[in-house]
Amino acid sequence: MSIADRWLLPEGVEEILPNQAASLESLRRELLDLYRSWGYELVIPPLVEYLESLLIGSGNDLALQTFKLTDQSTGRLMGVRADMTPQVARIDAHTLNRQGPVRLCYAGDVLHTKPTSLSASRSAMQVGVELFGHAGVESDIEVILLMLDTLTVAGCEDIHLDLGHVAIYRVLAELAGLDEAQEMTLFDIYQRKSVPELAEFLDANLADSPLKDKFIVLSELAGDQQVLARAKALFAPVSDALAQAIDDLQVIADTIKARKPGVVLYFDLGELRGYHYHTGAVFSAYLPNVGHSVASGGRYDHIGEVFGRARAATGFSTDLASLIKIKRQATSSSLPLVFAPNSSEPALLEEVTKLRQQGVRVVVSLSGQTETAEEMGCTQQLTLQDGRWVMCAV
Amino acid sequence: MSSGIIIALSKGRILKETLPLLADAGIELLEDPGKSRKLIFPTTNEHVSIVIIRATDVPTFVEHGAADIGVAGKDVLMEHGASGVYEPLDLNIARCKLMVAAKVGAVQPVGRIKVATKFVNIARSYFAEQGKQVDVIKLYGSMELAPLVGLADCIVDVVDTGNTLRANGLEPTEHISYVSSRLIVNKASMKTKNDILDGLIKSLADAVERRKQDCS
Repeated sequence: MSIADRWLLPEGVEEILPNQAASLESLRRELLDLYRSWGYELVIPPLVEYLESLLIGSGNDLALQTFKLTDQSTGRLMGVRADMTPQVARIDAHTLNRQGPVRLCYAGDVLHTKPTSLSASRSAMQVGVELFGHAGVESDIEVILLMLDTLTVAGCEDIHLDLGHVAIYRVLAELAGLDEAQEMTLFDIYQRKSVPELAEFLDANLADSPLKDKFIVLSELAGDQQVLARAKALFAPVSDALAQAIDDLQVIADTIKARKPGVVLYFDLGELRGYHYHTGAVFSAYLPNVGHSVASGGRYDHIGEVFGRARAATGFSTDLASLIKIKRQATSSSLPLVFAPNSSEPALLEEVTKLRQQGVRVVVSLSGQTETAEEMGCTQQLTLQDGRWVMCAV
Repeated sequence: MSSGIIIALSKGRILKETLPLLADAGIELLEDPGKSRKLIFPTTNEHVSIVIIRATDVPTFVEHGAADIGVAGKDVLMEHGASGVYEPLDLNIARCKLMVAAKVGAVQPVGRIKVATKFVNIARSYFAEQGKQVDVIKLYGSMELAPLVGLADCIVDVVDTGNTLRANGLEPTEHISYVSSRLIVNKASMKTKNDILDGLIKSLADAVERRKQDCS
């Protein structure tokens, strides 16, 4: 074993050092307070559970992303969570088993077998909210507003909100009568917006030419709000579900525009992120010059079914560790770090206790310590003046 | 990074054939990259700069957002597994074919065959689709040599004219895919810099279309 083997961390596994840790923790607290003020209750799901409940309705991606281990007492496979959303859905559908809207929030470590993108780490701190039990567009809007507030609290500016709706592709694929393999090929083409391959695929697999045109137009429906008008003209006559999807997006867009005028709206109706489990509106937030989305979410109405209770659901999540790297500066505490001499004199101990109760950070010198207050990073120290312990500059 | 856009290109054929298309879209280099050791170049459009990197690095730069858009061969994209980027446009340049080639008249052995290639992922998935398990030997160049010296039974490589194969006593045996260069776009850039990129993609699409018509 070389010396490097003893300190090297696994690739993509991170530790967070003092300044960043302080800023991450203060952000985590601010966010959980924010969610609480909207009536979201905190839940703390376990780090590991049986694989079956972790992977419900999520498709192959999450299965590959999840580290697995064997439970010695039952022989069953357990997974280290790669996403907390299914856990929270399980808590809502089965454990809490309440009627009506349930609002839950969470913050915790997740682990990925592979980084989700080139710039991501394998250990992330996921924070998010889920709203269960309401299928209307208001709950999507509430979740989006909270996502935008989350980014604002984290110090992000100039936020771009990307809106899409997976029902449009789902309905068209159903109309086209595509089998599962064809649907996945087409899905992959949309993920890459490969116009040449799309034309090739449609020519080879679809006879109905008006429907073909609809698939082509769907890949082009990205841009500002005019996209919705185009989509409405083309898709609304096809089916009620499509008309509803586009109306929902319109309501979301109008509300967000009125309530968050600084946010740039972008529509991408061919965006199928999370297509395997999303069922309605999907949304993600981007920042200028950050090459990946910084927060994302959407509606996933069927996930509760496996737990015996179909529940409407929408939510979003983000990774705190990557958020603080993008934006938030280290929170330099406005309160000073105070150095106290090593002594058990009651007056000094009392003063130290009093300062700490006020939130001032006090470090006590240890016996035999030769480092000065300055070397310990302190700006103030406690000194005895006229029989009283007072703070003075180092 | 500024609010402008960065285009990633690779030296050689892709650079030579992409520059005229960019010129049609109003973007021209201010200096000759062949005479410079610089890696990042300003253009006649002050919001656009061009970086010149290795072909296989283009998808990495674009997926990461280090460049907003780039031009990469379909072979490189297939090998990279680039579902992390958009590829909205076939530029119809640097055209060639991905092929399996072997010694003229050679009979492939029964069971596992050895394949020499720099396209490890493409080779593995192509043969898997054919129902064949193969041993892939990763090489970085001079693939044609491998069957001649007994290192491999066949090779997977891009073939343009086929002259190199012929000169070494090899022949193409199976066609895997047509290859041409694609415009690739970072997903976040597409959403946050849509105003600039949309126009650029459209003018490039027009330039490609005009060239197609000139040829026919």
